[in-house]
Amino acid sequence: MKKLKILLNGIIKENPVLVLVLGTCPTLAVTTMAVNGVGMGMAATVVLLCSNVAISLLKNIIPDKVRIPCYIVIVAGFVTIVGQLVKAFAPDIDAALGIFLPLIVVNCIILGRAEMFASKNSVLDSALDGIGMGLGFTLALLIMGSIREILGSGSWFGMQIPFITEPVGILVLAPGGFFVFGCLVALVNKLTKGKAVGKREMGCAACPSASFCGKASEGGCEK
Amino acid sequence: MSQMMFILVSAIFVENFVLSKFLGICPFLGVSKKLDSAVGMSLAVTFVMCISTAVTWPLYTYLLKPKNLDYMQTVVFILVIAALVQLVEIILKKYVPALHQSLGVYLPLITTNCAVLGVTILNVDGAKAFSYGQAMVNSVGAGLGFMLAMVLFSGVRSRVETSDRPESFKGLPATLIAASIVSVAFMGFSGVAEGIFH
Repeated sequence: MKKLKILLNGIIKENPVLVLVLGTCPTLAVTTMAVNGVGMGMAATVVLLCSNVAISLLKNIIPDKVRIPCYIVIVAGFVTIVGQLVKAFAPDIDAALGIFLPLIVVNCIILGRAEMFASKNSVLDSALDGIGMGLGFTLALLIMGSIREILGSGSWFGMQIPFITEPVGILVLAPGGFFVFGCLVALVNKLTKGKAVGKREMGCAACPSASFCGKASEGGCEK
Repeated sequence: MSQMMFILVSAIFVENFVLSKFLGICPFLGVSKKLDSAVGMSLAVTFVMCISTAVTWPLYTYLLKPKNLDYMQTVVFILVIAALVQLVEIILKKYVPALHQSLGVYLPLITTNCAVLGVTILNVDGAKAFSYGQAMVNSVGAGLGFMLAMVLFSGVRSRVETSDRPESFKGLPATLIAASIVSVAFMGFSGVAEGIFH
């Protein structure tokens, strides 16, 4: 029961994109088509699962002072592996994701989970957390990608939708990304009556560097 | 020369890192509330972009590429950036404490900034790989574009914060919608660089 809770936590209650507002860059950039969103989500899920397991296994060996560089190296290793696999088996996805595939390494979700969860919990729990968070990320990207693709280019996963004759082209451009994401976060706010989004502003909790940032203890970059 | 100007103008306006490439969104949303922190953060980003490119470009072109190690790009680049950021922080703290006071707090945040890793990767990326000079100009342009977006947006944001909004749009959603409108403004620059320099 507790294990199921860890798994579901990432998908709904603490959805990394819509509730914690982490990993905004890939969320906005790759969701011009639903299939790209799912591809990005899957790649990030694999990296998240592997890095969570590895960091959880190594949590007693990594010295506390240099833990962030260690996490970055571990994550970068898995990102390289996943990048090569995607390039070999799904060249279309590789071309569509472009630079955002190697940039998974600086995705706040992965470093954030390493710091907040994997370095403190058992291997099994960390693996479940990685899968849950990864699926939550994929789900959010799927929703974003579907909205932008259906309204913006009148198709879904490449299939033409017959009754949309004049798609709103701007939704697949850069401004549409910000707009759809803003509306989605507002919708989550509305549905949960503001409860889910505990921090409406981006606080230090959303920042992977918070642990070694001098400003975090003083209450954030703005203070 | 006109090639260099073309790269600079495209990097600042047309291909703005934040508003059209979606790189560095976290600091854009997180640190743009006040003008002075927006300027401090973007100066630090510009600086780190330049020194990272200065190191990663030769490393990739003369070491990784000839030895067929280009798949190690991500690992090498992120390590170089992390090490450089640490080094710069130590040097600033020791020799230029005044600058460390104003920029120092933003430096640790930059290691995991996707705009910095993004610019170093784009500079050596396949088809439109730049020469060393072009790569440096592109980094400066990317940094200045980041600063322009941050400074403009901190102004927009201070107006949005005080205006009347629906309850569920308060905070982040309103900020994102405002960013979307600023991004529409930047779309107006598309084709400008080609028009001037070609």
